[in-house]
Amino acid sequence: MVEKSEKAWEELSQLLDKYRGTKGCVIPVLQQAQAIFGYLPKDVLLTISKEIDVPISQIYGVVTFYAQFHLNPRGKNIVRSCQGTACHVRGAKLVLEAIKEKLGLAEGQVTTPDLKFTLETVACIGACGLAPCVMINDDTHGRLTPEKIGAILDAVE
Amino acid sequence: MALFRAHVLVCTGTGCTASGGKEVLAKFEEEIKAKGLDKEVKAVETGCHGFCEQGPVVTVYPEGTFYVRVKPEDVPAIVEEHLLKGRVVERLLYKEPITSAQVPDYEEIPFYKKQHRIVLKNCGTINPDSLEEYIGADGYEALAHVLLDLTPEQVVEEMKKSGLRGRGGGGFPTGMKWGFCQKSPGPKKYIICNADEGDPGAFMDRSLLEGDPHAVLEGMAIGAYAIGADEGYIYCRAEYPLAIKRLKQAIAQAEEAGLLGDNILGTNFSCHLHIKEGAGAFVCGEETALMQSIEGNRGMPRPRPPFPAVKGLWGKPSNINNVETFGNVPYIFRVGAEEYAKFGTEKSKGTKVFALTGKINNTGLAEVPMGITMREIIFDIGGGIIGGKKFKAVQIGGPSGGCMPEPLLDTPVDYDSLIAAGAMMGSGGLVVMDEDTCMVDVAKFFLTFTQSESCGKCTPCREGTKRMLEILIDITEGRGKEGDIEKLEKLAKSIKAGALCALGQTAPNPVLSTLRYFRDEYEAHIKEKRCPAGVCKKLVGYTITDACKGCGLCAKTCPAGAISGELKSKHTIDASKCIKCGACMTKCPFKAIVRG
Repeated sequence: MVEKSEKAWEELSQLLDKYRGTKGCVIPVLQQAQAIFGYLPKDVLLTISKEIDVPISQIYGVVTFYAQFHLNPRGKNIVRSCQGTACHVRGAKLVLEAIKEKLGLAEGQVTTPDLKFTLETVACIGACGLAPCVMINDDTHGRLTPEKIGAILDAVE
Repeated sequence: MALFRAHVLVCTGTGCTASGGKEVLAKFEEEIKAKGLDKEVKAVETGCHGFCEQGPVVTVYPEGTFYVRVKPEDVPAIVEEHLLKGRVVERLLYKEPITSAQVPDYEEIPFYKKQHRIVLKNCGTINPDSLEEYIGADGYEALAHVLLDLTPEQVVEEMKKSGLRGRGGGGFPTGMKWGFCQKSPGPKKYIICNADEGDPGAFMDRSLLEGDPHAVLEGMAIGAYAIGADEGYIYCRAEYPLAIKRLKQAIAQAEEAGLLGDNILGTNFSCHLHIKEGAGAFVCGEETALMQSIEGNRGMPRPRPPFPAVKGLWGKPSNINNVETFGNVPYIFRVGAEEYAKFGTEKSKGTKVFALTGKINNTGLAEVPMGITMREIIFDIGGGIIGGKKFKAVQIGGPSGGCMPEPLLDTPVDYDSLIAAGAMMGSGGLVVMDEDTCMVDVAKFFLTFTQSESCGKCTPCREGTKRMLEILIDITEGRGKEGDIEKLEKLAKSIKAGALCALGQTAPNPVLSTLRYFRDEYEAHIKEKRCPAGVCKKLVGYTITDACKGCGLCAKTCPAGAISGELKSKHTIDASKCIKCGACMTKCPFKAIVRG
């Protein structure tokens, strides 16, 4: 990660130049910083705080409020298992269990040790017509069963 | 512009894309070219048709032939037979689930027949990437009429006359809301579109933004003119990447064409729209929380008054409406408020888009006139329950709403009748439940959701929902006690009265409405430690009856290895190993496994 890091800091500095002085920029800056680093490490947050002149307490408050922000490293592929109402009544729990088993995640564990996958649950991804569904990165997979999910995960690089 | 004798419309909404719509589109382009038809036939990418269950869907015009569940392998047949020889490919037509009759014509399909599409008119018929196609479908005509012929006061009057009420859930009259903000003094005002569609089970805003983004922009521009705003925000969930992409593109196109930005259509009116991506917090659908979030803070609601019309974003007067509400606006100014007000009931005008999901045959989006009955929506448009099972309840209004049982199915669907029935319109998500759904589990599901989305600012919501959820978990896991129901009701009452915002005030609704109509299920869980629908795992067990022929299928299916037995003799389940998944029961060809 070291060689990536220098480039990433460079990108962050450009990002901060772009937003410095813009009102209400905290969330977009955090979103884009997370896109650069994959998550929001402490020193990134401290830098952002200093550069856009917003107290770190406030930034930490925002980061921990929204589900989208992460303080820990995440997997290369993000699997979002929908647990919305429509998916719930059509068996989303069983699909979620199957994913956990396939990825070998223990209770409370969300990221595989090789950092290949991070599993999250979301309340609704708005593809209720295809319930139960799962989003892997930006692709939505629908009409799933516990049996189908294995092959789909195998195909992810 | 080139003229084509036929157009092939391929849906690439989120649903159809997940089912392979993009591949189908690419295959059409390839086949049309290979057959030398590329000067005569055009393949067009469209937004959502609403019939996600049958996706990917393809419509061939001018005939309007509607093909469903089309795979890339089917494309050569459609090109060869339909486009070259003019013969409909019957095996790909929609089949009516009950009669199995094939229906070639889009408008004759029962799913569409009872619908009346105003907001979704363009979804699935125009290319959402093209400003020209939107203009070709009368787009921006309403904005031109408003800017050139009407004063802002007249716009507000017209909105009041139309009777349009907020489609985001509250049902507040839009014209009145605009009027408040218009009268609010100050040179700087904001127009905001709430596209933080967070209700699980609702996806109409997503489809509209993806399928017809310009309609929302046009509605916002008209609203901005009415209230006197020159700047606006669309607050859209980051979970909707396609919607954000299409909105950004549409804003750029409209600015380029002078339909947004400075001096719109040569007038003195200017309006700049921006997109703000949400960061994943359900409470941000609440207007004051949403504005906090745009300002870059934790999205927590604040007490009202002052209302946003007086003190909103950055402390300036602001008006906020939902996506679907803005989607209605251009139509109102195209046909006139009186014409619009002919749809619907006395107090609920126009149409409403519902998202049909759950145990229903035709899942998808349906836009119907207000006042239609729930029965018509579920059984005529929705095609009834999957597998001919028995209807139990329909959940309407998401985590703020309630369940309606069979005897209430003839209730007309409008804001006030739904409230009277203990539910609410909400954003219009309809989740249909059959006999296999446990209503206590459903209540627990919604409360788990609101509990985890509670922002934590006010005590009734933060602590109250937690206590209610604990009781529900106990009930579903066999630890229910006498008096739990009364405790739930008491807590619900306090939360409703004491919570700061609508999230908390409505959070107890799913519990109250299931208690109202399905109290017996709660009692069965508490007194008999039994889940009648067989959903609550801790309360069910499986046994194999004498009908077992010893085929061994159950033993092979069991993921926990809990079933054993000799071939051709009765098998048994080891209750200590059984994880109660029910897989064996589904697989047994002799119906020899029972729950209980």
